[in-house]
Amino acid sequence: MRLSSGTKLLLPFLAVMTVFFMAPLCIALGYSFMAPDPMGGVKPAFSLSGYQQFLYSADLDGNLQWDTRYLEIIFGSTKLAVMATLACLVIGFPMAWFMATRPAHQRDAWMILITIPFWTNLLIRTYAWILILRSNGLVNRGLLETGIIDTPLELLYNPYAVGMGLVYSYLPFMILPIYSSLERMDWRLVEAAQDLYATRLRILWHVVLPASVPGIVGGTILVFIPTIGSFLAANLLGGGRNMMLGNLIENQFGMARNWPFGAAISVLLIAFVMIGLMLIARRGQGLKGVVG
Amino acid sequence: MKANPKNMPGFGLVTWLGLAFLYLPIFAVIAFSFNSGRLVTVWEGFSFEWYPRALGNHDLQRATMNSLIVAVGATFIGTVIALAAALALHGGGVPKPVKTASYTMMALPLLVPEIVIAVTTMAFFAAINLRLGLINVLIAHIVFCIPFAYAPIRARIATIPKSMSEAAKDLYADEWQAFRHVTLPLLTPGIFSGALLAFITSLDDFIITLMVAPPGASTLPVEIYSKVKRGITPEINAAASMLLAFSIFIVLLSYIINRKKVI
Repeated sequence: MRLSSGTKLLLPFLAVMTVFFMAPLCIALGYSFMAPDPMGGVKPAFSLSGYQQFLYSADLDGNLQWDTRYLEIIFGSTKLAVMATLACLVIGFPMAWFMATRPAHQRDAWMILITIPFWTNLLIRTYAWILILRSNGLVNRGLLETGIIDTPLELLYNPYAVGMGLVYSYLPFMILPIYSSLERMDWRLVEAAQDLYATRLRILWHVVLPASVPGIVGGTILVFIPTIGSFLAANLLGGGRNMMLGNLIENQFGMARNWPFGAAISVLLIAFVMIGLMLIARRGQGLKGVVG
Repeated sequence: MKANPKNMPGFGLVTWLGLAFLYLPIFAVIAFSFNSGRLVTVWEGFSFEWYPRALGNHDLQRATMNSLIVAVGATFIGTVIALAAALALHGGGVPKPVKTASYTMMALPLLVPEIVIAVTTMAFFAAINLRLGLINVLIAHIVFCIPFAYAPIRARIATIPKSMSEAAKDLYADEWQAFRHVTLPLLTPGIFSGALLAFITSLDDFIITLMVAPPGASTLPVEIYSKVKRGITPEINAAASMLLAFSIFIVLLSYIINRKKVI
């Protein structure tokens, strides 16, 4: 079979992505069904231990015991991711609305302002919160010097700090899809609704909200997936106790040297991604509406 | 006169507060990089001394060099691959299942959590026993640079009327000449903008490099991370501020280039 010139141009892309992206994902799927090698890596033998560890732990004799430690981490990070996603929605929706109702030249400026943090180093922007929140940080010094408090507040190394870090990291991912929905909306509908004596609340609920559903769905997925798999916020602001799935995976491939379990958690995360993709596909919106 | 229903009470306030929330950490790092005191968050006066110190730090110098090598290499290779893919997917001739698979592979690196890409790539390199130092990092970066370079190029292609290259062919240009002298010049802003986005994405990447980079091949963000873990110093704030300023400059440049219209 002769390849068309168009397909030939696609070959470098297909080759690179198949070898260096799809193959690693497949290998991880395979590893999740193998036994851990205590030196790091895996033993080439079929084992379900990677998945058993979600629920059980093995003692020295190899007996399985009911162990909810990891289930608690999974539940805890899911809860935190849901809360962070909701917070992003509550903050992001009004921001997107406000931006979409500005005159055209101001809208461009707002777009640039919202995307700049998205493009700048997340590690730096996250560690900056340590400067702001620690016991001699900006917030505490401000409160101490104005006499509102006598002793510094413990603002860091708790679930709230992690949650705030997550909202901070992924807020632009919520604003931008909603904004692009609202920008395309026909705002004359709002005027028409007002002429028919709709209250603000009814306009919000019956006119604007339905028009922004694609953006809300897209934004929710774009925030929830990286949030639950995030590493930096919990690593820098959570002080080790408040793990997200990203931290758990890093830990299994690093210190804990349990690659199969790390791979199994990765498979779980990819399952979240797949469900998200199917939700987008079912809305008939296609990936383009979300990613580009 | 009725109030404008487009203006919801409080939404403007939320937006300005949200904007402050997004920018507060950026300003905090930059402000404290000019603090003369060693105690980072205790302000002791304005000083410029941490910038020359950060620039003279050997670890940071080596990491910056690595960052630039990887970012330039990944940007160049990633953009060429993305350009070829964009041309292929826009023109006809690619079977539909291949197209669908390509779109999926283009979107996945943006949707799969970074930590998963990081550990799977690391495990893959270990499995095939690939130990090429900085080249390992470069390969990992090429993969996620491609989708970032692709988006602006693809958007640009869509705005070029088919009649342009058809006109060139009517004037006896062959396929390559029509591409070289008509399509490529029109695509240039998209290519530049895509390359710049790929460049900052590579420059800013932390978690994938952290997992994939062998000793000695760490990039600037990884070096900053390991220093932050030992305690934030004004010197790190200075290095971080320079990286932030550089990224912001590149984003703005990308916007300006992308603003030029086709016709």
